[in-house]
Amino acid sequence: MDLSLTEQERAFRDEVREWLELNHPGPAPGGGDAAQFEFEREWQRKLHAGGWAGVSWPKEYGGRGATLVEQAIFGQELARAKAPRPANVLGLVMGGPVVIAHGTEEQKERFLEPILSAEEIWCQGFSEPEAGSDLASLKTRARRADGGWRVSGQKVWTTFAHEAKWCMLLARSDSDAPKHQGLTYFICDMRQEGVEVRPLRQITGEAEFNEIFFDDAFVPDENVIGDPGTGWGVAITTLMHERAGIGATAALAVQMALEELVELARERGRAGDPLVRDRVARLQIGIEALRLGTLRAMTATMKVGVPGPEGSIAKLQWAETNQALTELALEVGGIETLRGGEIWAYRYLRSRANSIEGGTSDVLRNIVAERVLGLPRLR
Amino acid sequence: MEFALSDDQEAIKDTAREFLAARFPSEKVRELAAAESPYDEAIWREMCELGWPGIAVAEDHGGQGLGVVELAILLEELGRALAPAPLIANACAGLLIERAGSDEQRSRWLPGIASGRKRGAAALTPDPEPIVGAASGAAILVLNAGDGARLVEAEAARLERLDLIDTTRAYFRVAAEGGDPLPGAVAPAVDAATVAFAAELVGIAQRALEMALAYASEREQFGRPIGAYQAVSHRCVGILYDTEEARSLTYYAAWCADAELESLPLAASMAKARASDAARAATNAALQVLGGIGFTWEHDLHFLLKRAEVSARMLGTAAEHRDRVAGLIGLADGGDR
Repeated sequence: MDLSLTEQERAFRDEVREWLELNHPGPAPGGGDAAQFEFEREWQRKLHAGGWAGVSWPKEYGGRGATLVEQAIFGQELARAKAPRPANVLGLVMGGPVVIAHGTEEQKERFLEPILSAEEIWCQGFSEPEAGSDLASLKTRARRADGGWRVSGQKVWTTFAHEAKWCMLLARSDSDAPKHQGLTYFICDMRQEGVEVRPLRQITGEAEFNEIFFDDAFVPDENVIGDPGTGWGVAITTLMHERAGIGATAALAVQMALEELVELARERGRAGDPLVRDRVARLQIGIEALRLGTLRAMTATMKVGVPGPEGSIAKLQWAETNQALTELALEVGGIETLRGGEIWAYRYLRSRANSIEGGTSDVLRNIVAERVLGLPRLR
Repeated sequence: MEFALSDDQEAIKDTAREFLAARFPSEKVRELAAAESPYDEAIWREMCELGWPGIAVAEDHGGQGLGVVELAILLEELGRALAPAPLIANACAGLLIERAGSDEQRSRWLPGIASGRKRGAAALTPDPEPIVGAASGAAILVLNAGDGARLVEAEAARLERLDLIDTTRAYFRVAAEGGDPLPGAVAPAVDAATVAFAAELVGIAQRALEMALAYASEREQFGRPIGAYQAVSHRCVGILYDTEEARSLTYYAAWCADAELESLPLAASMAKARASDAARAATNAALQVLGGIGFTWEHDLHFLLKRAEVSARMLGTAAEHRDRVAGLIGLADGGDR
């Protein structure tokens, strides 16, 4: 057990820091509009030029081949520097890794570089109105067509769909097969007749998510990832990467929010209030446990080679902690923090989704009960 | 960066688990819990032969020269086994003397503590009238008050047995005048001892988790194991979270006590606060999973629940440690109100 950084890890951290000091573009404009997205695209180009876009990707595919610890350091340094997010988050965190793990050489050649450069933005078409937690029951259908497939159906909760060139699309290609075996993983071109994107306005007032309607949209055979019928396994890889990715950097982002909350409590004269002190301390302990749990999971993953179900634990803890933190901030901050557009009000509202997005807390508990604790299955 | 036990540390854990399972089966724990003294001197001598009392004591003073991490591994296993033993009392005395004592005090007392032949015991609650575990068989007591601590030879102290609900250990109120002050900084030494208690509490939570899982998997109602129901399985997941959060914080704090002292005050308080709550929550949740059988004397769960309740109070309650955490992260006490 050694929780200090190795010499190599420290050198990596210093290199990231130095690069960020020279290249930080300043705060993103905000507002969630096209101007913000263009800013984030420009930022990713800069990251790519510096060799920092696909930090976790193998070097042969244009990445940096960083270890998990280095990936965590990178994410933490970005958070610490309050750097904007890169435009093509889903491509970098999910699309690229899935193509690398399951794609053909031609697919790697075709798709990877434009992900890194943010030239082609990716979105994810998994959830449907009737298939949320029970994802495998999804109904979007793919029919055989000349040279490929025709897809019809509806997807929902799709981030960046209006900016995206490619959609990671999970659809039912064989309605006779058992539900987990009839799915295929497609990379669907969003710029075509038969794909319609409608913004989905959410609790914050923004339209961060979208609905996508597919009406006989075409996907050529060369854009199928894995064999037809193996889509479920491919999708699971995607979700594992999503959960592993959330854990590593999220702990520091919540830690920084907590430091702002401490500042807020001081400003409001509540630093000596025993109730506030106790709740802030509980949050601090939860955040530290999250950070340390992520480090433990990382060490375990480096030994075993693939992310384990522990990522579900970190995701769940993060969601609960972030929600509790914003709730306390509204109480400490008083009515002023409830003004429309105020940062804590926004964070409070946005964090309501934390226990739903990327796997609801309830389903994650089922996963942990079955796969970590080995309890009998309900079904 | 590697946050996992090393091979050597895993070996310590395995040896401890095996030894404790052999020496402290349920019947033995029950026999000792009902006895006048809960300590079996023959088993203690075996622990001494394994080098456990001196695991974290420097080699110069007859110890193994390992760290608080290794001590935490042992104490987690002792907590898990509910082992009635004076090890934690002796280890806390060793940590205080080694880290806050003078050279003369160290060379006088540490060899006996390391070999286990002249045991020490440290105050678990502050003066006046501190509570000391395993004080009756000890040679030297370490009593602390606020910023200072003193050594009192056990024969010069008045001991009054305190019959707490946890009978797997002996607790005493101690009254003693004078004594030999420890010249060093006591707070960091107490922090290291605090981590020792957190480790024991992690072991208790772990055992409660195991009991809950075993029962949820085998007990059937409405035609299926109760662990298949989400109301039960999600409760078990809650026990897992409590246990794992406490474990992460405790091993980090133990590592800080060995390698990064500047981080120890915050780390120790976070660990003890979380571990205290975790052990109490875990034993209570396990009781709910077990249902009626968990409320009986016949099942061992009640020993765990009682130990959790008592150890949660030793060297600072969860609430006290959270107050300290608040102060350490920028909520200066009282000043701004």
